[in-house]
Amino acid sequence: MSERNDDRRKFLAAAAAGAGFVALAPGIRLVEIAAAKPDNEAVTARVRWGMLIDTTRCQTGCTECVSACNKENHLGEVKKPRTDAQWIRKIDLKELKTGRALSLPMMCQHCANPPCVDVCPTGASFKRADGIVLVDRHICIGCRYCMMACPYKARSFVHEPHTDQNPEVPRGQGCVEGCTLCVHRVDRGGTPACVEACAAAGHNAMLFGDLNDPESAIAKRVREVKTTQVRADLKLDLGVRYEGI
Amino acid sequence: MASASYVETQSRPAAFWGLLAAGGLFLLAAFAAFLHFEHSGHVVTGMDNQIVWGMPHVFAVFLIVAASGVLNVASIGSVFGKPIYKARAPLSGLLALAMMAGGLAVLAADLGRPDRLIVAMTHFNFKSIFALNMMFYSGFFAIVAAYLVTMMDRSLNGYSKIVGFLAFFWRLALTTATGSIFGFLIARTAYGSALMAPMFIIYSFAYGLAAFLIVQGSMYAWNGLTLDARILARMKNLLAVFVGAALYFTAVMHLTSLYFAKQTDYERFLLLDGGIYTTAFWLGQVVVGGILPLALIFAPGATQTRVIAASVLVVLGGLAQMFVTIVGGQAFPLEIFPGYAVSSTFQDGIVNSYSPVLGEFALGFGGIALAFLITVVAVRVLRFLPQDDFAALKAED
Ligand code: SF4
Ligand code: SF4
Repeated sequence: MSERNDDRRKFLAAAAAGAGFVALAPGIRLVEIAAAKPDNEAVTARVRWGMLIDTTRCQTGCTECVSACNKENHLGEVKKPRTDAQWIRKIDLKELKTGRALSLPMMCQHCANPPCVDVCPTGASFKRADGIVLVDRHICIGCRYCMMACPYKARSFVHEPHTDQNPEVPRGQGCVEGCTLCVHRVDRGGTPACVEACAAAGHNAMLFGDLNDPESAIAKRVREVKTTQVRADLKLDLGVRYEGI
Repeated sequence: MASASYVETQSRPAAFWGLLAAGGLFLLAAFAAFLHFEHSGHVVTGMDNQIVWGMPHVFAVFLIVAASGVLNVASIGSVFGKPIYKARAPLSGLLALAMMAGGLAVLAADLGRPDRLIVAMTHFNFKSIFALNMMFYSGFFAIVAAYLVTMMDRSLNGYSKIVGFLAFFWRLALTTATGSIFGFLIARTAYGSALMAPMFIIYSFAYGLAAFLIVQGSMYAWNGLTLDARILARMKNLLAVFVGAALYFTAVMHLTSLYFAKQTDYERFLLLDGGIYTTAFWLGQVVVGGILPLALIFAPGATQTRVIAASVLVVLGGLAQMFVTIVGGQAFPLEIFPGYAVSSTFQDGIVNSYSPVLGEFALGFGGIALAFLITVVAVRVLRFLPQDDFAALKAED
């Protein structure tokens, strides 16, 4: 995009590498910059970003979305499954009654009533007006209460020091993190990396868009077919919906 | 034993320094573990993305719960006006502060970013029960400290009753809030019971009194004194009541959980086939923490030593209970897709294993060591040894 943006990214890289956890200036924090929209456009509640996952298209054994996420957010390959960050994972399911098998990606469901935000003592877990739930990694104290509270195990704790950051996606040892819905891409008008990868692989199992815009593909689809919110009994009003379960 | 004048404590300097050194050693070990964890990250602990709260939380929550419970001794004295408990109110207040400090230190040391403690104190999410707890804890310090001052400074004695009342209600609220930390985790089957918070109060009574009896017994032994048999009898009976109530409530909670279909899988796990958690429940919480102490207390001819032994068992049982509640609750797989068998790279659908490393225990024992050191020093410089008024005691009989 603009030169200004490039400059900003360079500055961010330097700041992330050098200052690490120091707030840049009073009131300005890296995560806010990463989440800021270009063109001085504010995040608005008119938009509700969401995702619809068609489990009938999702292939068992395919992990394109997972790899894309790891690459985009510099999470690295999962070598230690117990402690490595996994923002998105594939779950293989088998219905106990019928034996029907299916596979789906699971990540932060971007709840409208997020338990992680409710319990977070510092307010580091927060929900943007457009429904994206994030962790401000400059306020997170690493208490992990949000991990206890999330019904979907959507969050990971950064267990080790790490190098190689994507300057647009600040991460830090001792903090909790999770799927950001690739907020840095979305704010530029893009789609999350997983969605793009799924389409590139020809599966088209993930649909991303604005649930509030009646004309969007996702809103239309949600109107037409039966979609499911996982653990709907908890009434969290999820941003991520599933088809075929 | 003297009645009117203060019973003086014995100095025994060598032994005193020995105690300090022993406590200091544990504290040092905890500090080493803390530095190691913070430097290398939690990857060097047994905790992971599934068992996010491990041994440090077991010790920390135990200490916090026991801290609020130990204040019960003071409450019975001031709020309900029982002289033998009144004489023990200062020691009870001291122990409450010491254990609270120990528990909070462990909690803080186990944070991913302990360097941001100041952030935790300046950024409050008022909806969070956890933040609410932090406020309760700070208030606890202030109120109990004020309570101690009103009790120990004769000119302020008049206020001690009112501050005592405040402390009493504050600690009930605090323990409820601590219990609610778990109650708010809607997604976890293990914590679904509404009985969680009241149960923590009952537990706190038992653990707190047990801790008190251990310290009181040690102080008397140190000074070559024997606790009056009537006082011993009353206090041990009270411990029995609390331990019995804890057992009863535990039974009620599991029975009601069995009644709700959603909970039966977890109950089955806990009571029958949960491996270490089942063992910790039956052997630790029920037998060591409940039945054995009751047997020791009720067997004829209870001695001071036997009451201390029973109290130690109650404490061990309490740690087992925290392990079952905190770690066991996380080990049981989170049910994301009811009616499906699931598998993934993120340990979905399996019972999570947890092997704590030595450093996690060091951190936990460090909390106990901190409480111990605060107590030892305070007891040495101020008068905390219970001063019984035997004339009044006799009049009461
Ligand atoms: S899925 Fe979990 S992490 Fe995401 S918003 Fe909901 S509770 Fe928070
Ligand atoms: S780990 Fe961080 S984001 Fe999660 S509850 Fe604690 S402070 Fe909030």
